[in-house]
Amino acid sequence: MSGRVPAGSRSAGTLRVRELRITLPGPRGMADVVDGVSFDMVEGRTTGLIGESGSGKSLTAMAMVGLVPETAVVSGQVLLGDEDLLTAGRARIRQVRGTEISVVFQDPSTALNPTMTIGDQVGEILRSRGLSRSQARERAADLLEHVGIPDAANRVRAYPHEFSGGMRQRAMIALALAGGPRFILADEPTTALDVTVQARILDLLGRLRDEDHLSMLLVSHDLRVMSHVADDLVVMYAGRVCERGGAKAVLNRPLHPYTDALVRSVPSVHVESAIADPLPGSPANPFDRPAGCPFNPRCPRAEDRCRTEVPALREIAPGRLSACHFAELAERTSDTVPRN
Amino acid sequence: MTTMGLVQNPAPPAPLAPARARRTRVRRVVAALPIVVFGLYVVAAIIGPLFIDYSPVGGELDDRLLPPGSVLSDGGTALFGTDALGRDLFGQVVYGARTSVFIGTLVVLISALVGLAVGTVAGYRGGTTDLVASRVIDVLLAFPGILLAIVIAGVFDRSLAIVVIALSVTNWIGFARLSRSMAMSLRERDWVKSATVMGVRRRRIIARHILPFIAGPTFALATTEFAGAILAEASLSFLGLGLPSASVSWGQTIAAGKEYLASAWWISAIPGIALALLVICVGFTGDRLTRYFGRRR
Repeated sequence: MSGRVPAGSRSAGTLRVRELRITLPGPRGMADVVDGVSFDMVEGRTTGLIGESGSGKSLTAMAMVGLVPETAVVSGQVLLGDEDLLTAGRARIRQVRGTEISVVFQDPSTALNPTMTIGDQVGEILRSRGLSRSQARERAADLLEHVGIPDAANRVRAYPHEFSGGMRQRAMIALALAGGPRFILADEPTTALDVTVQARILDLLGRLRDEDHLSMLLVSHDLRVMSHVADDLVVMYAGRVCERGGAKAVLNRPLHPYTDALVRSVPSVHVESAIADPLPGSPANPFDRPAGCPFNPRCPRAEDRCRTEVPALREIAPGRLSACHFAELAERTSDTVPRN
Repeated sequence: MTTMGLVQNPAPPAPLAPARARRTRVRRVVAALPIVVFGLYVVAAIIGPLFIDYSPVGGELDDRLLPPGSVLSDGGTALFGTDALGRDLFGQVVYGARTSVFIGTLVVLISALVGLAVGTVAGYRGGTTDLVASRVIDVLLAFPGILLAIVIAGVFDRSLAIVVIALSVTNWIGFARLSRSMAMSLRERDWVKSATVMGVRRRRIIARHILPFIAGPTFALATTEFAGAILAEASLSFLGLGLPSASVSWGQTIAAGKEYLASAWWISAIPGIALALLVICVGFTGDRLTRYFGRRR
């Protein structure tokens, strides 16, 4: 790819989120909508951030690029190398956005400006980095070709409404790649697309990650998407991380009842059963989080301890973290979900 | 009747179609009428004075108070009659149109620019900027617009600049409120967020991702405000607070004729009708544009 920053110039890097806390005002006072979330985005890997709606996963991703509601109070650290982006100045944040970290939004039909051509939008970041209009358009065409849009040289002059949903998401991805970022945050990138197109977009993201040595954060509520592309998994419930680890290990043998329930609710993830097992109850509201473990009202194995004591997220097995009081027991006896 | 006829004899439903087509055509012509009339005024304002080879403020006292259509002492015809000083009313109406359109355009241009700038920035940035702008708007809204204009125009010497400023002082508020509310909702759109997280400059985001969407409704509002500005200018001139007396304004002509309403009704009535017709037509045009842009949004 000619029009992009050569891969060799990138230093290996990790984007680390540490104890991220986002407090929002609600009807009854402030609430920690995101509460002490930590995880790493490792180069060349896809980290999946999974949880029900309202679990704070999108907010977490957006906070990593400094896009939070005006009323939000954010604490913790988002470390790019040794630099904390949460305390960085506005000019530095603007510099990081697009060139270090960029975002692919959920719905490409609303994330593209209907009054601008695709080429102008993809090239916009390059224009604001001082490229001429024709140079920017040329690079935009290169980028569109890179993400698999046929006849890219002519399609740069098209408007978003002339593109299909899948093509728009490809254009959105090209837009995210324009500044040559190392980290891509994809917020439900396939949710708004047809199932047939979803797989192709996921494959594209995987290909780009490998070719361009990108680190990717995939925010989704869809376990099937996760099992398809994620290398690492961060499971969130009610604003907290309840389980973390390698995607295969987590999905095959969950060490948290919530993850277990999630896996059971999706029929195609475990092959031997065709019957989905829906989660009882509704997701915990961060403004009205139950005492103790936030999952306890819905948990099949909740005991008195769960209703009073908040379980800490801790390492259960190498590379496996869980925030369940009984995780050690589950790990030892392997009785949570016998699989294979 | 029609239904009966159709049931018994299904062959000729054809006569219905032309009737409906004719009705649609009539409706379309009627709908276009205000725009055409508005256009005629603008044309008259721009090129009308070129066809008048006499001064609209000079006249023969011998020709005073002549009714419309009278023959003047120099052999010409006074189409709209003459006023108490023998000045030709047709000339005053045409020159008055120029004054009205010119001042209306100027006021709307200034108000729209100021209002767009304040409203868009306040709506997009939010926070303190928005708070300050909103309070200023609230305070200005507490005064009736025309009253503030009268005060400003009354304090200073009569001149075109003062009239334009006096009318713009409250006129920009409408534009500011419109663009503020639109900018507030537009900044939450995904493409604005997308541009923001791509590190695009604020100024560029406003210019490329916000303003294009405000432009249409602002244009519709500008039309409505244009009518208001013309009416307000006529009011100021009627009160003797508007333009210097050497210039021609409908408001002044109407005021000059108010003592002769019983004997020479045309002096006040003709510029009054000209003013009313223009304001009504511009108002209709504005309503139509508002509906058009409202539907598209």
